[in-house]
Amino acid sequence: MVSNLETDAILTNDPGAARDVYIVRTGSANLASVAAALERIGATPILTSDPADVLLADRLVLPGVGSFGAAMSELTQRGLVSVLRERLSIGRSTLGICLGLQLLARASEESPGVTGLSVIDAVVRRLPTAPALRVPQMGWNLTEPRHSCRTLAGGYAYFANSYALPEIPKGWRGSTFAHGESNPVAAIEQGDGDRLVVATQFHPELSGRWGLDLIRRWVIGRPTVEAREHEGIDTHAEPIQRLAANAADASGVARC
Amino acid sequence: MLTTRVIPCLDVRDGRIVKGVRFQSLRDAGDPASRAEAYEQTGADEIVMLDVSATNEGRATAVRTVREIRRALSIPLTVGGGIRSIDDAARLLDAGADKVSVNSAAVRDPDLITRLADRFGRQCVVLAIDAARQDAAGATGYTVLTRSGTTPEPLDPLAWAAEGQSRGAGEILLTSFDRDGTGDGYDLDLLALIASSVEIPVIASGGARNAQHLADAVRVGADAVLAASIFHGGLTTPDAIKRELADLGLRVRREEPANDAAEECVA
Repeated sequence: MVSNLETDAILTNDPGAARDVYIVRTGSANLASVAAALERIGATPILTSDPADVLLADRLVLPGVGSFGAAMSELTQRGLVSVLRERLSIGRSTLGICLGLQLLARASEESPGVTGLSVIDAVVRRLPTAPALRVPQMGWNLTEPRHSCRTLAGGYAYFANSYALPEIPKGWRGSTFAHGESNPVAAIEQGDGDRLVVATQFHPELSGRWGLDLIRRWVIGRPTVEAREHEGIDTHAEPIQRLAANAADASGVARC
Repeated sequence: MLTTRVIPCLDVRDGRIVKGVRFQSLRDAGDPASRAEAYEQTGADEIVMLDVSATNEGRATAVRTVREIRRALSIPLTVGGGIRSIDDAARLLDAGADKVSVNSAAVRDPDLITRLADRFGRQCVVLAIDAARQDAAGATGYTVLTRSGTTPEPLDPLAWAAEGQSRGAGEILLTSFDRDGTGDGYDLDLLALIASSVEIPVIASGGARNAQHLADAVRVGADAVLAASIFHGGLTTPDAIKRELADLGLRVRREEPANDAAEECVA
């Protein structure tokens, strides 16, 4: 058995994170923190709204702030809806953050009548309010995995949301958080390795060291230490995976 | 459930941290980026940076300071001070702020809150209210101050908080001018008044010296507690404060013992 401390040290220095990661630029979204987090784990963030990048990038982050309806209309205007659907249908590695998770759903109570990317057959609901329950939820909440996950570990994550998926959709692994009596979705994931779709209701880029570790696991495509031990993988014996530098042509694409 | 946030505040002028008493007598308290990083490492849940520069040069420096802090920081950063327009906010958000806080400019131009919320989302907009007790004030006995506490406005903080919420603010940063920098504890009457009247989170500010002060603020309805002097002086750390808050029965985010994680991710 290896202590988490030692294993974390291996992950921190893992050159596998030295990859180009494309970030979908959707107008009003604030991308500086996502870009800074990627740089901190050794990846190279590249902003794009080019449909070809969005379809073909090995790693793509779909961030999002503002409303469900406004974000879908941005994606539609930029011709990104069908490429995102195609990308997600073949499970190409994608990280949706906050609204980026909600957009995977069929619809949201926030914007009635607007169709989402519909990768998930579910409707995003407003968080219930109560005297002791503030909405928007702003701050750190404990997330708890409900399955054996590749990237999702338990721990405190930073949330800033008024809406959430009420339950983990069929066919996805996931984690939840407590909001009063309900346990909405904190994050979901599907696939493995280079085909790993992860979507978080919280902001991993603002969730400290814990959040950076999650992003790193997604970029590398490697399960959590916990999941690997659960599957009997000897975390000592596994060699550090060296990935060839991605030589994708970044011409015409704004760099962060 | 959500935890109580402990938020160190950096008052920054011309690229340096300053701290005063009742917004005056500012003295140097260090480099913002390295201080912010140290606060994250010692358990801060979020950082607020208030630019108290009075000049255009100072404002330009603030954007650079935000960029430097962002490079070092993996927790949320709220930036306030001198934001009068969408462009002012966009500059700071592009540099790496996650939320912007508006104060005097919003009092003069309340629609600014709406424009910011429409453009960036309400989770991005913090309404900072500086309030002071005033005998001549209206029903609540408090009045709103602007321009770093120098200008009393004919505005009741209770009404202003409600208007801010309805215009799209996602959070209220409530500072007691009377208590700022004094260490006498937060103004609990003011906090209870505002926290019970809005649905959005309220951050308590002004007057904290110890964990009991922070716990008192949460007891009367604050969702987060902001402090500056107690952290800058090296008197305590966010984590030490949070340990005390946990002992007082509050939910706080603390690093879990390393071995707990292994048990959680099993179907």
